[in-house]
Amino acid sequence: MNNIYIYILIMSGVICLTRILPLTLIRKPIKNKFIKSFLYYVPYVTLSIMTFPAIMYATDKPVAGFVALIVGIVLSYKGAGLFQVAIGCCGTVFIIEMII
Amino acid sequence: MNRNKSDIFKKGFKSGIPIGIGYMAVSFTLGILANKCGLSFFQAVLSSALCNASAGEYAGFTAIKAGIPYLEMFLICVIVNARYLIMSASMSQKIEKNISGIHRFFMGFMLTDEIFAVSISEDGEVSKEFVYGVEAAAIPCWTIGAAIGVILGDVLPGYILSALSVALYGMFIAVVIPPARDSKVIAITVFISMFLSFIGDITPPFSGWTSENRVIVLTIVVTAIVAKLHPIEEE
Repeated sequence: MNNIYIYILIMSGVICLTRILPLTLIRKPIKNKFIKSFLYYVPYVTLSIMTFPAIMYATDKPVAGFVALIVGIVLSYKGAGLFQVAIGCCGTVFIIEMII
Repeated sequence: MNRNKSDIFKKGFKSGIPIGIGYMAVSFTLGILANKCGLSFFQAVLSSALCNASAGEYAGFTAIKAGIPYLEMFLICVIVNARYLIMSASMSQKIEKNISGIHRFFMGFMLTDEIFAVSISEDGEVSKEFVYGVEAAAIPCWTIGAAIGVILGDVLPGYILSALSVALYGMFIAVVIPPARDSKVIAITVFISMFLSFIGDITPPFSGWTSENRVIVLTIVVTAIVAKLHPIEEE
């Protein structure tokens, strides 16, 4: 078993450095087009990968997680905000697991 | 602090209140997750106070539960939080020029997606008073929400926890879909990322890897290909 405090140190250390270093060190815009593009696409790729299929393992019944994903995408597509989408997904799982 | 500066701080604080309410709900579910992943009350609250990051904490807590090696933990944290590099870089262009290193340090320390979003949407240069105002309203809510989540995670019935466990994924979806609606490239990228993630999950040898490793490798490969094929336009 690894030490949880070392994990917390790594986790918070990396997050703080990614937020602090560019702000304090970079005074000019990043020029390299590939690096700019890579950093631009990273959140979309990694959040998508982390969402599916993991959302199906988070719920008691995988189908509830899958439907929550579809509902979340539809709500978000129609312009619902962060908080509304999150609540919509929770409500979907609650209702579906009630039924089946 | 003169009159003008305290007004700016108050303006920031008001912008931070709705963010704080949303944070409470999200960090509440992170608190539940931390509890499930074996963190104590103190460890969960400490993590919350130091990180203030939904995807970052989610990845961190599940990695702690999996007991992966420290180096792997470091890599997954870099990948999951890489977007802050560009937000922080972008923020460095947006803030007032004369802000000292120590203030830049503290502005960066709590530079969450939402605080970045309200700061960048301000007209002209952003002052440290404004950013501190937003942070003062929003950040404590994050830690309080997590503390409540750890405590209630033990008390709430299973079907409620099951429903709440998708709140985070809902947030991820809400970050990814709006830009996907406006950009065909992002829409296809999101779909392919989810599809490959699913394939990797059920296909050997990838299915034998830890999910963290799959996230790291897939993210680097998919992002590099998309960045190469569709470099962003210069603004």
